[in-house]
This record gives sequence, C-alpha cells and structure tokens, in this order.
Amino acid sequence: MKEESLLDKVTFGFWVYLMSDCVLFAGLFATYAVLQDATFGRVSIETIVDLPFVLLETVVLLSSSFTAGIAVLRAREGKKAQSLFALAATWILGFFFILLEGSEFVHLVGEGSGPGVSAFLSSFFVLLGTHGLHVSIGLLWMLILAAYIWRRGFTDTAVRRLTILSLFWHFLDIIWIFIFTFVYLFGSL
Amino acid sequence: MFGILTPQAFIHGPIETVPQLMVVFGGIAVMGLVLYYRAWGWLYREWLTTLDHKKIGVMYLILSVVMLFRGGADAAMMRVQQATSLPGSPGFLTPEHYGQIFTAHGVIMIFFVAMPFMFALLNFIVPLQIGARDVAYPLLNSISFWLTVVGAMLLNASLVIGDFAATGWLAYPPLSELAYSPGVGVDYYIWALQIAGVGTLAAGINFLVTIIKMRAPGMSLMRMPIFVWTSLGSMILVIFAFPILTVTLALLALDRTLGMHFFTTDLGGSAMMYVNLIWAWGHPEVYILILPAFGIFSEIVPVFSQKKLFGYTSMVVATMSIVVLSFLVWVHHFFTMGAGADVNAFFGIMTMVIAIPTGVKVFNWLFTMFRGRILFPTPMLWFMGFLSTFIIGGMTGVLMSVPAADFELHNSLFLVAHFHNMVIGGVLFGYFAGLAYWFPKLFGFTLNERLGRYAFWSWITGFLLAFMPLYILGFMGATRRLDVVDPSWQPLFIVAALGVCVIALAIFFQFLQLVVSIKQRNQYRDTTGDPWNGRTLEWSTSSPPPHYNFAVIPTVTDRDAWWEIKKQNLKTISEKKVEIEIPNNSFIGCIIAACAFAFGFAMVWHMWWLAVLGIVAIVIVLIIRSLEEHTEHTITI
Repeated sequence: MKEESLLDKVTFGFWVYLMSDCVLFAGLFATYAVLQDATFGRVSIETIVDLPFVLLETVVLLSSSFTAGIAVLRAREGKKAQSLFALAATWILGFFFILLEGSEFVHLVGEGSGPGVSAFLSSFFVLLGTHGLHVSIGLLWMLILAAYIWRRGFTDTAVRRLTILSLFWHFLDIIWIFIFTFVYLFGSL
Repeated sequence: MFGILTPQAFIHGPIETVPQLMVVFGGIAVMGLVLYYRAWGWLYREWLTTLDHKKIGVMYLILSVVMLFRGGADAAMMRVQQATSLPGSPGFLTPEHYGQIFTAHGVIMIFFVAMPFMFALLNFIVPLQIGARDVAYPLLNSISFWLTVVGAMLLNASLVIGDFAATGWLAYPPLSELAYSPGVGVDYYIWALQIAGVGTLAAGINFLVTIIKMRAPGMSLMRMPIFVWTSLGSMILVIFAFPILTVTLALLALDRTLGMHFFTTDLGGSAMMYVNLIWAWGHPEVYILILPAFGIFSEIVPVFSQKKLFGYTSMVVATMSIVVLSFLVWVHHFFTMGAGADVNAFFGIMTMVIAIPTGVKVFNWLFTMFRGRILFPTPMLWFMGFLSTFIIGGMTGVLMSVPAADFELHNSLFLVAHFHNMVIGGVLFGYFAGLAYWFPKLFGFTLNERLGRYAFWSWITGFLLAFMPLYILGFMGATRRLDVVDPSWQPLFIVAALGVCVIALAIFFQFLQLVVSIKQRNQYRDTTGDPWNGRTLEWSTSSPPPHYNFAVIPTVTDRDAWWEIKKQNLKTISEKKVEIEIPNNSFIGCIIAACAFAFGFAMVWHMWWLAVLGIVAIVIVLIIRSLEEHTEHTITI
C-alpha cells in the first residue's frame, strides 16, 4: 500500500482512538468528581496534595513531551542519532515520572491510605493509576520502537510509528494537565 | 494454581446440567465433524485466518445465529416459568437459576446477537457501498471479530464451569457487588463484556476510518448511501460510548477483586453513579443498534418503491441529530433515582425531542413510497412490519418519557414490552430485512420467497402475541423479572408464552428457508449481480463479489451511484490488467483471541499467573507482528 495513504489512514485512526481514550478518562474524571468528597472520615485530597512534588512530576512529564517532539522532527530529517538521543531522553523522563508517581502511591499505601480505604481514595488511585498505566505502556512501546529503529533505521514505517507514538505521548501530557488542575490544584484550594 | 476454581464449579442442578452437556457435546460434535471431513486446512485457510471483510461478516452472522438460539432458549424458559408458576406451586426453575436466565437473555441478545448481526451487515456492505476493496485495517477487523467470539465463549463457559450473573443484564450494584453476589457469575459477566467491548471499539474505529478515508473518488459525504451514513453515526456512537462501558465495568471489577469502593454500600461508594455511567453507555447503545436498521430501510424502500429516496438531506440531518441527542437522554432509564424535578424534566423533554428526527425518518420512508410502483418481496414485508410495530413502540416510549408516568411504569412489564417493541420490531426486523435484501449479493443466490413470507407472518404474529399482553400486564402492576406471578395475571402470561411458540415457528421457517434456498440454489442463482434493480454500488459488482470487490474502483458522479452508471450505460469493466494488493491471511486474530480467553477466564477464577501470561502473550504477538515486513501480496487481474 502506498505510504502516504497508509500514514494518512493510520494517523487518522490513531486520532480517533485517542478521542475514545479521552472518553475513558472523562469517565474516570467524572467518577473522581463525584467521589472526591466521599472520604468517609479518612484522608482527603487537601491532606494528600504536595504541590512542589506535583510540580516536579509535571515538569518532568512536560519535558518528556518536548523531547518526544524533537525526536519526531529529527526523525523526519533523517537524523538518526539525534532522534534516538531525544527518544532516550523521553524514555528516561517518562520513567522518572513513573518512579515519582509510584513513590507517591507507595507512600500513601504505607500510611494506611490505600485504594480500598474510601471511595475517594479508590477514585484517586484509579484515575492516576490509569494515566500511569498509559505512560508505562508508552515506555514499553518506546523501547520496542527504539530497537526496531536501531535494527532497520528510519524506514517510512519507523517514522510513521514514531509519529503516532508521539501523538500518544502528547495526549498523556494533556491528560496530566487535567489531573494537575482538577485533582491537585483544585484539591489544594 | 487454579485460583478459586474447584471441582464443585462443574457440578450443577439437574436443569442446569442439560445446557452444560449441550455445550460440551456441541463442542465435541463440531470438532468431530471437522476431523471427519478433514476440514482443518480449509477452515484454517478460508475462515480462521481470513482478513476478507465479507468472510468476517459471514462469521459474525454465524456467531449471531448461534447465540440467537441460546438467547431464544432463555426467553422460552422465562415465558414457560412465568406462565406456570403461581404462589405455592413455583415453576420448574429455581429463583437463582431464573435470575441467571433473564440476565443471560439480555446480555446475549444485545451483545452477542444484535451487535454481531450489525457488524455482519456492516462488514458485508459498507466497503461495497463506498466502492472500497476492504476496510481500513483488515487485521484489526479480524481481531475485533475474534474478541467478540471470546466474549461469547466466556459467556457459554459459564454454563459449564461455575455460574452466570443473576443480576439483570446491566448488573446494577450493590447487587452485583461481592457482598451480595459472591459467586463468579458477575465476573463472567464483566470479563465477557469487557473483552467483547474492546473488539467492538476497535471495529468502531475501523469502520469510521473506512467510511471517512476510503470512499471511491467522487463520493462526497452527501453522496454516500444512507446506510453508510447511519453506519457512520452508529460508529461515532460506538467510539464515544464504549469507553464508558469499559470504565464502568473496570470499576466494578476493581470493587470486586481489589476491594475498592466505587459502588459499594459502605465507605462512600455510590451505586447510583454506576447506574448513571452504565446508561451513559447504554442509551447510545440502543441507537448504535437501531441506526443501521434505519439505514437498511432507507436502502430498501427506494429500491422497492422504484423511486429515489425522499428527503435525503433531512435523513442525514435526522441521523446526525439522533447521534447527538442519544447522549442527552440517559437519565430517563431511572427517573425514579430522585434527581429532582428539574433534571427529570430536562431528560424527559430531550427524550421527547429525539422522537422528532425519528418521525422525520418515518415520514421520509412513507413519502418515498408515495406514488411509487411498490413491490413487496420479503425485505419490504419486514419494512411494513417494522413500521407498524416500531410506531407502537415509539409511542409507548414517548408515553414513558413523561417522568410522572414513568414513576408508575418504571421496571414494569410495560417497559419490557416497550423495549422489545424497539429491539425486535425495530432492530431485528431491520436486520432481517437487510439480510434478505443483501443475501444474494453475499452468496450468489436469492432466498426462497414463500418461506420468507411464512417466516415474516409468523414473526409478526408471534411478536404481537408475546408482547402486547405484557403492556396490559404492566398496567395491571406486574413488574419485570418475577419468578412467581399473581394468579390473576396467568391467562395473559399464557398468551405471551403462546406468542413465543409462534416466534419459534418463525425461526424454524427461517431455518427451513435457508436450507431450501441452499438446496435449490441453482434455481435462485443471481447471475446479474443486481437482482433487485438496485441503486447503490454494491450491486455493480458480481454476486458474490470477488475478494477484491471491484476490479476497477468506480467513479461516483451522483447519489445512487449505480443507478447513474446504469442510466448512462457507463462501463465498469476495464480491459487493461490491474494490480491489486491484498493483505495476507493472518492467524494473529485467533492467537490474540485465545490469549484473551485465557486472560478472561483467569480473571474470573483468580488465576493471576494465567492472567499475566495471557496479557504478556498478547503483547509479544503484537510485537512480532510489528516486525513483519511483507504483509500483503499483489494479484493481477
């Protein structure tokens, strides 16, 4: 099949998938909105939120989005080393983000505020956890794609896959912005 | 090793043992037949690995028919139970088993009969009508189908091992929570729907991209056949509604397996949130099913009235209005929640508003027939049957959209009669019409008309007999899902049970029609490719179409593209040789489905190692596929 038409079809289809994923997150946000006050006398968002820490998470994830963009631009120019370097930076930042989020989760569970404690905590863990799961899938995808590029170079297929991977990555960034705003910023008010 | 699975799970009561053995021996019999005829190679090459949208459509249809028998058997058992059980002399089913039956009936009919039937028709016709050689992602299409099969198989596995949910088809908490449904039934429910739902979502994306990106040159959006428009609307709804189902069921699963508190009665959970979420998916789902049926009628009525469709533009606008409005009415399923007068009034009015575009469609069909030279083969009979029953259903629906009236009718048999009016009279009759209409295109011969008529008349008689009494019973105070009924209701329940017998006769006629038509296929052979003097592009190719559908992609100059081509005597066959790329067959769909089945089964029985293994295997398969280089071959014709 011709590469342009394939790129066109795959990119469009991936956009549509992202929109459906957006609805999935909308469901989780709605759930969180309904249940955020259902703390049942246990911890609430005000006591959990630690804005400097969240800012660090945000900066890390947004930077990874920037490097992901660079990786695609360099790939389109055929600059393999620079693109892979940017991709590696994206991966490290993404991994760091997961570590940060994981440490927050471990900390909460250690305090006796696991997801089974109250409806609020259930919705908090699942909303953030679903985002974290998506980021982790993105990281795995990046490793596989990097191995592919390493072996076969920047074929049309590789560039197409890198393009949709970066779409995915930017999408997760946007979701994070919403989490940052609706969960943490509103929660700290 | 086996989680919570114990030998106890295989042991059932005497009545449950019958279907259990039927599933087991049915499976063995199919295997035996395949071995006897040495059909493995044929099955593997032609069906299991096929990426041809027409064959995938046939497989969807087979799945739908097989599950129709199971869902129909459930319906018959419910009718017998309600016709024979009185206080003091309960019927032949235990309350627990009866609960499983009405749950399975609803789940099967919506997810594993109506949805596969719809995707069968979409697979058959959408690429042909838009002049495309296949769908946008042929492999994804195969994966979607096989995931749907996995859902159906998990549901059937619950007959053999363990039990099924006894919660009603939407598994409302708190009943579906672990505290009140401690068995594995609800878990079967969750994972069967979750896996089939992923398949449906993928199919939705696939067909949306196909319709948007793969239309023949010249086919602008406003030149698309109405069936393509309604399919587009339906797929938009799939894409926006199914993720909500995924979230809702995932949260319920988290409640049940990880002890979270989304919908529990304690620690802040909110059961009504589940009800809101599930209907935010569930109401669009109704329109996902009915829109393609509207599209089918919009194809059939012009062809058999021998006129072009009246009000094409208004039909498109009506379809898209329904798409939007269908997301704004979900609360009408539970006016009794206590949301307050303002909220109920809003949703009541939106529900009435959605009747307007539907009415527009009905009038468009009527005006299309007006002064047409109308022919009445079976597809048109189904349309007439649809029109009369659907209008009854529509009017009872508008009646219930008044919140005050709904407080009386909520959860009554009046409601049950109403939605069966819509899904049998609307959806099912529509799909039957589509099947009768497009059957010659798919298989190369028309169906026996006489038996088709018998089937139609039995269906509509049986339908009226089975469901009109339920309206009356609803007014008399009968609520849904009762396993023991008041003696004063019994005569009407017996009438309803007789109705089911007539429907069974109708299904027998349909079966006979298929057998007779296959036997006499040479007599009914469609050699022209255009047996009905059709108007749209699917009739421009041979019956059945070749794998690549069109040797030359047609150029579209107007609506009713094939009609224009016929009128202007344009050539559709090229003298030059053309090269066509065809995707290679792939076994990946089946492998992913097998892994997904292992995963789903493991999640039901808490065999965590197997669940992880299933997911890891799927990821590995996808990685291997992504490394494959040559996934297509070229043929020259």
